[in-house]
This record gives sequence, structure tokens and C-alpha cells, in this order.
Amino acid sequence: MKYMILIQSNPRFVERWEALTDAQREEFGRRHLALTAELAASGELVVSEGLADPALAKRVTSRDGETMVTDGPFAEVKEHLAGFYLVDCDEPARAIEIAARVPDAIWGLVEIRPVLDTTEWDM
Amino acid sequence: MGHVRGDPRPEDLLRQLAPQVLGVLTRRHGDFDACEDAVQEALLAAATTWSVDGLPANPTGWLITTASRRLVEIWRNESARRRREVGYARQSLPSTSPAPDTDDSLALLFMCCHPVLTPSSQVALTLRALGGLTTAEIARALFVPAATVAQRVSRAKARIRESGAVFRAPSGNEYADRLPTVLHVLYLIFNEGYTSSSGDSLHRVELTAEAIRLTRQLHARLPEEGEVTGLLALMLLTDARRPARMQPNGALVPLAEQNRARWSTEAITEGVELITTSLATAVPGPYQVQAAIAAVHDEAARAEDTDWRQILALYDLLDLIAPGPMVTLNRIVAVAMVNGPGVALRQLDDAAGELAPAGHRPDAVRAHLLDQIGDRDAAREYYRRAARHTLSLPEQRYLLGRATLRP
Repeated sequence: MKYMILIQSNPRFVERWEALTDAQREEFGRRHLALTAELAASGELVVSEGLADPALAKRVTSRDGETMVTDGPFAEVKEHLAGFYLVDCDEPARAIEIAARVPDAIWGLVEIRPVLDTTEWDM
Repeated sequence: MGHVRGDPRPEDLLRQLAPQVLGVLTRRHGDFDACEDAVQEALLAAATTWSVDGLPANPTGWLITTASRRLVEIWRNESARRRREVGYARQSLPSTSPAPDTDDSLALLFMCCHPVLTPSSQVALTLRALGGLTTAEIARALFVPAATVAQRVSRAKARIRESGAVFRAPSGNEYADRLPTVLHVLYLIFNEGYTSSSGDSLHRVELTAEAIRLTRQLHARLPEEGEVTGLLALMLLTDARRPARMQPNGALVPLAEQNRARWSTEAITEGVELITTSLATAVPGPYQVQAAIAAVHDEAARAEDTDWRQILALYDLLDLIAPGPMVTLNRIVAVAMVNGPGVALRQLDDAAGELAPAGHRPDAVRAHLLDQIGDRDAAREYYRRAARHTLSLPEQRYLLGRATLRP
């Protein structure tokens, strides 16, 4: 079963992040690296990445063969995606266990979404 | 081993020989972990060499020699604690004699399905060691990166080593204890493969075919085990419907609407024969009963010819020997066909608590039943609810299609 563990962020979180000491930020990063390494070793990691600032986001519209690109930042967005872990594990409970280990979980900004698959059902 | 018809393709031959070669090496040297790596590398070497030079006179001997040489290199690269074994390996090299008729493949299967392993590790290791598949092939089949599979395999082997498991055919007691796990792993492999062929199927190993091949081998070794026969029959009877299961646009066709002329009569005949024999001789277990249910469906020339009374009786039996939410739910579907949708809806209400672990499925069944009694609005609501909660893309499409269907 694949699960997408999404790490959300918002302006309030950014303030809290900026209030952290260097040592605290380093610890945050170290725990991310440790979790990634551990998931790779257990054969559960599909991919994990952190995303650049939403100021660098571009919106793409494609219609009738014509592509239009709008540059960020997009003021109306209250929350933005800061990073993700795509994991493949045996039990839903294990996905929760992994999400709880994501350092950002202390802010309550970590979300688990099951990935749709192409399996058939039996009915 | 399955019968080889005519000249096998080199890749089929390789995969057939893989467990034999691994069995010989592991029996001789004991180090399953290193032997498995060595055989994997020998298989990769053979795939390249044989396609250029053609098949060697003695493919098994070629593989054993190549894998043994590779094993020595692996050991040489390891720390000093392995030195003594290197000496031992050199003494016993090279041997080109074919494997004696032992239960190596059985010992391997039980090792790969060792209870200390997680299900995903058991699947990966079984596909590599028994199936002779490469890490890359397994990764493509499971839709995960190759590094993930490689890691699952090496971690699984490390756990087996730590557990102190010895490479030998399982004894009488171990059979009884561990056969259910082995069958479950084969069943998982089959189900993994039971996916829509929307992906790049050309370069993907068919896991259903692989599961059937491995279960067939196990059945050949253990013809008296009713549940092995039952599982093989269940796979064949389910896979028989594959040609009718999907529309060209990738949409799934439910059982009742499938064009039965497209079902594989060969697979149905074999499956029915297997399950008939086993039900007559063995104590029925869950796989056999499920195979019997699949057989009743497959034997109906038209959906309306289905013997639902017999299916209901089989679900009653399954409910007795292996109860669970999915059995309860499927039984209610059979009740609807025998006693009408009203009775089934009442049973669905009564079983609500018990059915909670079945996720969105009770809602999907309820929607169908509501449709049957003509309550279109309620049916639409439950189709949508089920569609929101399914994890299967084709099923979501199907349920949403039902929700928007005009009466």
C-alpha cells in the first residue's frame, strides 16, 4: 500500500520556524535525514523531497495547444506544500507511525493520503 | 517443475533453473544470503551471454559454475571471518553435475516465506529466489523503485540469517504451521498482478502468471495438500475471466456483465478438475471453498444461470471455517440473489458493526441493493459514498459511473 505523507506549511509555521535557534533547525534537518535513511533501509521509501519556497511556484494553464505561465507568489493561498514522503508499507498503522516521526508533526501539519491504485475489486 | 513444451525461451529456462541452482549452492555452502546474490548475478550474466552465444550444452551446470565462482568473489570481498569458507568453496568447485532430486525448491519457498519477515519482504524474496526475477523486473511489477526492492531483499535475508534458520525441507510440524503463510504469500503475488494492464505491460512481468507458476510447482510437490490444490484452482478460475474483465478503454466490467465467451475454457476446465478432486478427498479449507465458489460462477454459461443457492451454501461453509467481514459481505450478496434485495438490506443493517473493517465495500453493496428495489436517489448517494472511500481507481470510475447512470 502506498501512502503520500504530505508536509503542509503556512505563514504562522514560517514564523515559528524562523524563531527556532540554529541548533534546533539543524536537529530538525537531521531527523528528516535519519527518517529518510531509515525508510530507505527498511525498503519502504519510494521517494522523499522537500519543496522550494512557494515564491518560486509557477502556475501553468494549457488550453488549445497554448501554454500560459503565471509566476507566484499566490497571495490567496493560506497553506502550501513544503515537502513529502511517498512510502510503500504493509499496514495503514505503519504509515501513521512514519508520519508521527516526521519532525514537522509537532506543528500538526503532516497529512497522510492513501494512493489510489489500479487493483480490481472482487464483487 | 512444470513441463517444458518444445524449446523454452532462454528467460523462461533461466527462471525455471534459478531455484534449482540456488538450492544446490545453499545446500552445499549454507550461506543463503551470499548464495542468493551469486545466483542473481549468474542469471544476469546468463541473460547476456546466452543471447549472444546461444544456450550452453548444460545450462544448469553453467549456472552452478558461474554462481559458485561469483560466490567465491563475494566471500573474498567480505571480511576475514569468511576466509575459512572460501577455502571450503574452492575445494568443492566446480561441479557440473545436475541437482539430485531433492526438495530444494520447497525448502527455498519455506525460507522465503519465513514468519520473521514482513509480507512485502516475503513477496520480494520469493519472486527473486524462487521466481528467478531480477530486482529491476520485480520493481517494475510492483511499481516501486529498484532500490526499494533491493533493500527489501537484503533486509529479508539479514533477518533470516539472524533468526538462525537452517536450509532444509520443512518437517511435518513445520508444514502444518507454516504452509498457510506460504500460501498467503503466493496469494499476495497473484493479487498484486491482478491489476489493470494500463501500465507498460509489455515490459512488465505478469505477476498473476508467476503466482500460478509457483503454485503449480508447489502443487506438484504436495499433491495431497488440499489447500495448495484449492489455491491453484482459485487462481486459475479467477484468471480465466481476465480476457473479459476490461473494456478497451481500461474500464472494468463486473462479473455479471462480462462476455463469458471470452473466458478461458482451458483454465476453467483445469480449475474445476482440481477443485472437484480436492473437495472429494481433502478436508475443505478456505482456499478450496473460495475456488468452489469461483467454479460455480465460471460454470454458468450466462450470468442468470448462476447457481446462487449453491454459492450461498458455500458462503455459509466459508463463514463457518474462516469468518471475516468480506465473507459476511459476499454472503449477503448471495442472499440478495436467493432471497431478494429486501432481505439482504436487512442483513446488511444487522451486520453494520461487523462490516466496518470492509471499508467502502458495504456502501457499494448497499447501493446495488437499493438500485434493485428501485430507490434510485438513495442508491446514487451510496455509490458516491463508496466511490469517495475506495482506494482503487478503476473501481472509483465504475462506482461514479453507476451513480450518474440514468434509470
